[in-house]
Amino acid sequence: MNAASNPPVLAVRNAVKRFGAVQALKDVGLEAYAGEVLALLGDNGAGKSTLIKCISGVHRLDEGEILIDSKPTSFHSPAAARQAGVETVYQDLALFDNLTPAQNFYCGREVAFPRWLPRGLRLLNNAAMEREAAAVIDRLKVKLPRPDAPVALMSGGQRQAIAVARATVFARKIVILDEPTAALGLREARKVLDLVKQLRDEGNALTLITHNMEHVIELADRAVVLRQGNKVGELRPTRENQHELVSMIVGAER
Amino acid sequence: MPGMYLIIRDIYNISDKADISMLEAGNARGGHSKPSAPGEARSGARSLALALKLLGFGPLLILIALIAGASVLTPNFLKLGNIGNILAQTSVIAIVAIGQHLVILTRGIDLSVGANLALATVIGGLVFRVTDSTLLVMGAMLASAVAVGAFNGIGYVYGRLPHAFIITLATLSICRGLALELSVNHTTMRGMPAGIEALGTIEIFGLPCSFFVVLGIAAVMLVVTKGMVWGRWIYAVGGKPEAALQMGIPIKGVLVSTYVLSGLCAGIGAIVLSARTQASSPLYGNLLELDTIAAVIIGGASFLGGRGHIGHALIGAVMIGVIRNALNLLNVDVFFQMIAIGAIILLTVEADVLRGHLEARSRVLQASGGRNS
Repeated sequence: MNAASNPPVLAVRNAVKRFGAVQALKDVGLEAYAGEVLALLGDNGAGKSTLIKCISGVHRLDEGEILIDSKPTSFHSPAAARQAGVETVYQDLALFDNLTPAQNFYCGREVAFPRWLPRGLRLLNNAAMEREAAAVIDRLKVKLPRPDAPVALMSGGQRQAIAVARATVFARKIVILDEPTAALGLREARKVLDLVKQLRDEGNALTLITHNMEHVIELADRAVVLRQGNKVGELRPTRENQHELVSMIVGAER
Repeated sequence: MPGMYLIIRDIYNISDKADISMLEAGNARGGHSKPSAPGEARSGARSLALALKLLGFGPLLILIALIAGASVLTPNFLKLGNIGNILAQTSVIAIVAIGQHLVILTRGIDLSVGANLALATVIGGLVFRVTDSTLLVMGAMLASAVAVGAFNGIGYVYGRLPHAFIITLATLSICRGLALELSVNHTTMRGMPAGIEALGTIEIFGLPCSFFVVLGIAAVMLVVTKGMVWGRWIYAVGGKPEAALQMGIPIKGVLVSTYVLSGLCAGIGAIVLSARTQASSPLYGNLLELDTIAAVIIGGASFLGGRGHIGHALIGAVMIGVIRNALNLLNVDVFFQMIAIGAIILLTVEADVLRGHLEARSRVLQASGGRNS
């Protein structure tokens, strides 16, 4: 594992987040390494979503710190997190149905000119964006009916693939995937998992939230388990310790 | 309007027939006697794409059919003088519809455009009583209209209102009331500066000046919406506001800008209308909001936001102009014009629904097509 040789790309230390009287995160820490898949496990309400929302700039931590490349950071917005190299694929995908894949890829960070104009007034360089998007789609072996059709025409798996591919266009460090296979059939889920493997092999640090233990055992190098805002365990998921993992998630007696 | 219904039915039929023939073609290519599933999915997707494309051209086809029908029924319809007439009468609707289209793209609506236009002409008329400077009168009209648009946008966004319907309804009432209150004797005021008068009388190549104003605005807006980053953001905000926020798009600024631009278009419409009538009136632009919304919708843009372009607003405006003009020439009662426009609105909204269904079918086809590839 890279853990010994390289410092973590992403590290969360002593994270605390409160919503009024509810303490959603209690002193949670985790580390993600390049070329590795980290599974973030836990039952509903365990704090997984809160944790990734803090990492991706939606929420801010009340206590604790987030380090990217060992440097403490604090994001005011999802856009700031994205600029720092943290790409998050949410369950609702955040795709624009009325735009094409290429337009979706670059929405909010369009390739445009001239540079001396304010960003909104620049002219779109559609050719460059389409070329780059086509290259990414090709590299990730995503099959689309027509690259110039709006995303509304595409299946659930294709949309998921587009959302994941979009994350990789700009991700330089960290990709967080929130239940990427939850809404998909077997065949389409398989394609998305292959995509996750490819992203890992390309040297990204992936954080995967899922309820599917089969996928965790197949893909994850490490699993961090949250329960009621606490980190209750971290281990390397295998077929042998699957039961241990599940009992950690649900909080059964050991 | 039986011809129109036939055309719409034809569009529906063509898509059905295309479905079947494409499926057959797919099987024939496969060279098998029994249908091969991947080929089916592929050709099915292709025929769906074709049907969707036809739906996209629907409004243009309706317009062409309307023009063809009108020119057969009334020989005077296609004469240059009459065409100039239609273009002059349509120009105000077209200009204001271009602004309305931007607002509808972001899932909004601007009900205030008609009253905004009336208030702008009254302000212009009042300024004309003090000075006969063309620039000052024009500037006053534009400033008034843009201020109302900005009020709409800022009130909607920063007042955190659930929908723009309410605030633009409020400004409709306020602007109409202000226009009536401010205008001398609460009625029409005659006269406009020479420059504005000229705008209403000059013809270029036998066509009214206002036609070229429409073309100019359309060209500028086409560059803004399709060529500029800001335009892409307008589509993104209309497509999925939550996602636009996550992608770091300045969603509030985008929303406010569409209402400001809609106000600006109402102001330009005020200048064009004052030029044509050489007057200003608090009664101008009555029900213009409905005409412009109708133009955008029957032109083919989606009322649900995110889909449509300048061409839709223009086609819709010309369609309304052609229907009114042709039925006038045919001495058809004015009430039938309203019924005809209402019927076309129904048809185009249904076409939008049908498009949604076809897209859903396409998604299913994609998912099942993947199983075999």
